[in-house]
Amino acid sequence: MMDWQGQKLAEQLMQIMLVAFAVVAFLTGYVMGSFRLMILVYAGGVFLTTLITVPNWPFFNRHPLKWLDPSVAEKYPKPQPQEPPVVLKKKPAKK
Amino acid sequence: MHSFGYRANALVTFAVTILVIMCAMASFSDNFNSPSPTASVQVLNINWFQKQLHGNDEVSMTLNISVDLQSLFTWNTKQVFVFVAAEYETPKNSLNQISLWDGIIPSKENAKFSIHTSNKYRFIDQGSNLKGKEFNLTLHWHVMPKTGKMFADKIVMTGYRLPEDYR
Repeated sequence: MMDWQGQKLAEQLMQIMLVAFAVVAFLTGYVMGSFRLMILVYAGGVFLTTLITVPNWPFFNRHPLKWLDPSVAEKYPKPQPQEPPVVLKKKPAKK
Repeated sequence: MHSFGYRANALVTFAVTILVIMCAMASFSDNFNSPSPTASVQVLNINWFQKQLHGNDEVSMTLNISVDLQSLFTWNTKQVFVFVAAEYETPKNSLNQISLWDGIIPSKENAKFSIHTSNKYRFIDQGSNLKGKEFNLTLHWHVMPKTGKMFADKIVMTGYRLPEDYR
């Protein structure tokens, strides 16, 4: 499981890591004059990013939602669907 | 919503999008390369020159082809296809092109060479126009990149002439 903050973190981490690996891969490939090296570095980066941001690491669940215990919840009445509030017609203002 | 599959899908989509951008940049970086290839082709010998039974002229020659195409290679080049064509004008057609020899250069290390060969493909005119004909030998090449569009260019070498008589 991931909490809300974990989800945000995972998504940002995924985007930042991929862009960073792409920049590193492109520069490495260009400087070394090897297209193959660029692809290999990027492939490694994608693999590492997958490993870090896709599984449900406990790391992403450090701010769990606190749900009420069922026994506590039953002590309170469930909120009933309310009648739509009556719209009052505007009275003509007195002169 | 934020499940394993959802995150894997988002990651793959984003990763492939970035890969497309990287390939586009690699292709664009080829524009910074300004190649200066050199080539020279010598006709060492006319082996034979005759009229076929149907009336078409055919000539066989020995060529020496020296080229240096190393500057065409960049990090985004897969291979270079190169061919030598004889080009000449006849009363009927303003340009006749006959491929005499071709080759595929797989890497920069193999891009500078000098070979001695008779024409790989037959030099036959569609007619009887070759006697004493002046012709050009043109080295054409097509650069095939790993990503992006192909480039083609040529070097035209002039001043060749076929013999006046069959032999």
